[in-house]
This record gives sequence, C-alpha cells and structure tokens, in this order.
Amino acid sequence: MAKRKRIGMEVALAAAEAVGMCNVDVAAVYPITPQSHIAEHLSELVADGKTDTEYVTVESEHTSMSVCIGASATGARAYTATCSQGLMLMHELLPIASAMRCPIVMSVANRPVNAPLNILSDHSDIMPQRDSGWIVIFSENGQEVVDLTLMAYRIAEDKDIMLPVIIGIDGFILTHMVEPMEFPDQKEIDKFLPPYKPYATLHPDKPLTMGAFAMPDFFPQMMKAKDMALLNSKKTIVKVWDEWERKFGRRYRPVETYRTEGAETILVTMGSMSETAELGVDELRDKGVSVGLVKIRLWRPFPSDELKVAVKDARVLAVMDRAVSPGTGGGPVFTDIKAVFYGEDSRPIIVNYVMGLGGVDVTVGDFVKMGEKAAKAKKEEYEFYGVMG
Amino acid sequence: MLEIRWHGRGGQGAVTSGEMLTLAAIEEDKYGQGFPMFGPERRGSPVAAFTRVDDKQIKIRHYVYKPDAVVVLDAGLVDVVDVTDGLKPEGAIVINTSMSAEEMKKKLGFSGKVATVDATRIAWDELGVPIVNTTMLGALLKVVPIVKIASLKTPLEKRFGKIAKKNINALNRAYKEVKISKQS
Repeated sequence: MAKRKRIGMEVALAAAEAVGMCNVDVAAVYPITPQSHIAEHLSELVADGKTDTEYVTVESEHTSMSVCIGASATGARAYTATCSQGLMLMHELLPIASAMRCPIVMSVANRPVNAPLNILSDHSDIMPQRDSGWIVIFSENGQEVVDLTLMAYRIAEDKDIMLPVIIGIDGFILTHMVEPMEFPDQKEIDKFLPPYKPYATLHPDKPLTMGAFAMPDFFPQMMKAKDMALLNSKKTIVKVWDEWERKFGRRYRPVETYRTEGAETILVTMGSMSETAELGVDELRDKGVSVGLVKIRLWRPFPSDELKVAVKDARVLAVMDRAVSPGTGGGPVFTDIKAVFYGEDSRPIIVNYVMGLGGVDVTVGDFVKMGEKAAKAKKEEYEFYGVMG
Repeated sequence: MLEIRWHGRGGQGAVTSGEMLTLAAIEEDKYGQGFPMFGPERRGSPVAAFTRVDDKQIKIRHYVYKPDAVVVLDAGLVDVVDVTDGLKPEGAIVINTSMSAEEMKKKLGFSGKVATVDATRIAWDELGVPIVNTTMLGALLKVVPIVKIASLKTPLEKRFGKIAKKNINALNRAYKEVKISKQS
C-alpha cells in the first residue's frame, strides 16, 4: 500500500470532496448549519467542473429528498445532506426512499432538534429516523468521513442491498474541524465504485410503477422485504469494508473495540465522542480500573450479534447516549442494547448516561468519571450526566 | 502535543489563524486540529479558536482547557475575557497591543512569557486593513516555534490568493518586531 500524503482540510469540505469523487449524477442539497459547508463546497466542485453532477438548488429539504427519490428512480446516482430541522422536514420521505429501494446517500451533520433552538451537536436528529429503513453508519474522525462516504454507494447500490445510506458526521465537532486526511486517487475510486446499474428505472419507453398504492394483500410483503433487506445488508456491508481494508489499509467493523480484553466494565459510544472515550479508558486503565470501550459504527441494521461477542465477559455496560428517547426510561442506544440481552442466560448490568446534549463539550475527564461510577454499578441506572435537577 | 487558544473578535480572523497554523503543521507531515469555539458567528463579539499540533494522531475531541500558548488579537479583550484562564504557568501569551511586554505582564499578573506586538499598526501598514490574523501568527511563531514560516506559504496562498504576499510580509514583520518579557 502506497504511503499517501495527508491533506489538511475542514472535514465538511472533505465530505464534499469524497462525494465529488463518486460520480454522482444528481445532488439536491439545501444548506443548514452545521451541514452548510458540505452544500457549499459540493456546489463549488460542480461549478468548477470537477464533478459532472446536476446540482439542484431546492427550496427545502422536503424537496431535496423528493428530487433524490425521483432521480434515483430514473437510475441516477443521487446525493443529499442535511441535519436537524432539515432532516425532520425530510422525515416523511425517508421510508419512501427505502421502500422504493433507492440507493441514495445522505450525509447528516448530526445536530439537536428544536426546541429550544440549538445548532451544535448531538444525535437527536438521527433518532427519529431509526425506523425509516435506511442504513445508518457513524464516523469518529475526518478520515472515517472520507472512507465511509466513498464506500457508501458501493453498499447502497449492491444488488443484495438496494437501500439508502446515511453517514452520520457529528455537527461542528467533526464538520468544522480542520485535520489531516488521506484521499485515494480518482482512478482507484473509479475501479472501486463502478457506474450504477439500476435494477429497474422509470422511463417513458418502458412504463412501470414504483411505490404506488398497495392493499393489504401486498403492503405487508413490501414491509417484510424492506426489513429483510436491511437485516441482510450487514454481511454485504462488511464485505465492502473488507475490500476497503485490503485496498486502503483501514479497517471498519459494525462494532469496534478498544482495550476490551478482560475488561469488567465496558463503555459504549457512538460517533465523534469515541476517540476521546479511548483516552478516558487509557486513564482509567492507568488508575487500575478494568475498563474497555465498544464503539457502535453501524447503527442500522443494529449489530446485535457483534455486540454480544464484543462484551461477552463484561460485568457492566455503560451506554453513553447523545440523545434521549423521552418516556422510555433511557436513551435510544441504551434501549436497543437492553433488547439485545433479553433472552441471554447471563447479562451484564447496563447503565445509561445521557450526555453531550446540545453540544455540551464531553472531555476525557467526563469519561473517567462515568467509567469510575459505572465500575461500581450494582443495578441498572439511567441518568442525565452533569445535568442538575 | 502543543495546544493553543486564540482570542479575537468576530471578523478579526482568530479562526483563520488557527486553521493556517494547523494546515502548516500538516504540511510538515505532523498531525493538527484547528477549530472554532462552536456556535453562531457574530461580528465584533469575543470569539475563541483552538489549535492542536502533535507528531502522532490526535484523538482528543474537546475544547482546549490548558493551553501551552494563548494569542490575543484584540487587547481590549484582556479586560473582558480571562485570557490566561488555564494557561500553563510555563506557557506563553502573545498580545496585539502597543503596550510593552513588561507593562502587559504586570497587568495580567501572569508568571510565564508575555509577548506583545503592535499588530494593528503592522496590518494597516502591510495590508491596509486592521485584520491581524496572519500578523499575530508571525508573532506567535517567534515566541513558540511550532512550524517553519515556510510551511505557511502554501496554506496562505490557497486562502488569500493575490494578497498572500502582503500577509506573508505582515507575518515576517511581526516575527521581527514582537517583544518578549524578561522571565520573572
């Protein structure tokens, strides 16, 4: 593997650069903080002729997703990006994209949802999209944003999958960070990502119908097909990640581990807090606390089996949620993880810290504190870490 | 790892300074992070930005709380922001002011290195505008040699195009003119 020069760039711009390498036919992006730099830079790349993409300047996110679905249905490779209120406005279209098996790729610059208004970072915007039938993958740093974006269409367009993909890029913490990243050559990407060959397309010469009205005789079949496609997508996703590792040397897994060997307590994180959490684990290990870290990379389909293997010897799991699932008694990641262990003969004590909401800066010291507390847990706990009242 | 905090007012270029320094470090095949204090941008209000530089991959992803160096682009901020907050005692602070380094050191009551430069005057002379980001970068590099000035050439040319040369002149002048307090 050739050593490549690392290039310094803001991560949002790097996301747009990666999209620009994917031979996207149609992009329909409506700018919204902190996604705006992706929208702006991709439009620069189009205007400068660096990518042969039709950039549709839409009037809302509802339309950007509508354009993507329409374009994808005609056989075009389609892209969009959004977050927060924009993603909420798009919400009603997401299950349509997945049911119509449109392999759209969307970058989500994870940001809270109103009210109160907050433009910083957490996972509140992605959580209402959990059941939309999209593949959702989270990134921890700029390099992962580049890699996961470049792999997204290979995953989405695989004949065994044919589903849309979201790449979660935590707002500001990642989007507004200037850091070094490596980019493959365009030729390598052209080889890795062949042109999209759709299974079926809307075309006046050969009329067909997609996503139309369905009665009870057919509707449940569509729902089952979508669910099976999503559940089955995991092995193909891993296959694509394996190929990436062979070509470019960086490894991606649905669940990734850090110092979990023999760990009695395992912290569970998702997104940009994960590397900071690694430093917290190092500090705890230095103090003699037996702690490791598990990082959820693949949020949908949920990697239940991989998670069970990753934490099999742990006494306590401490799930760090950057969102709330109001009324369930925990955050969304916590709820899913508890479901994984129902039915297991031996299960860990699972505690839940909801933290980092609305852009609260989560430090190494915070992970040390949460890790120390979790290590002493005797029963299930759910708390808003660092919040009074 | 070196951690730097920048204080400025919205529009003065504190974020740009941090970014340029980060890009120069990456040019030298080091690792770097450059990022603003996140939030809405408001011209004229106090803003902060951060830079980290290291020889190995930087995993930490939160604000800088214990900087090795602080750069203040607007001396007026010294009265409204705790600019030495968390600054390591052996660290350095570089301030854009016409005050002498000794006077400023007394005002701040900071035990480490205090350096001052009249960056606004240099920026007026060299750029014709009171935007002191690149000028203060020159002053910082004299006090804390983080990257080679030559490594800034490409990032500055990419960012400033035709006026990159003027920025480099301002940077070089601040590098020469910055005065460092005698260690106490």
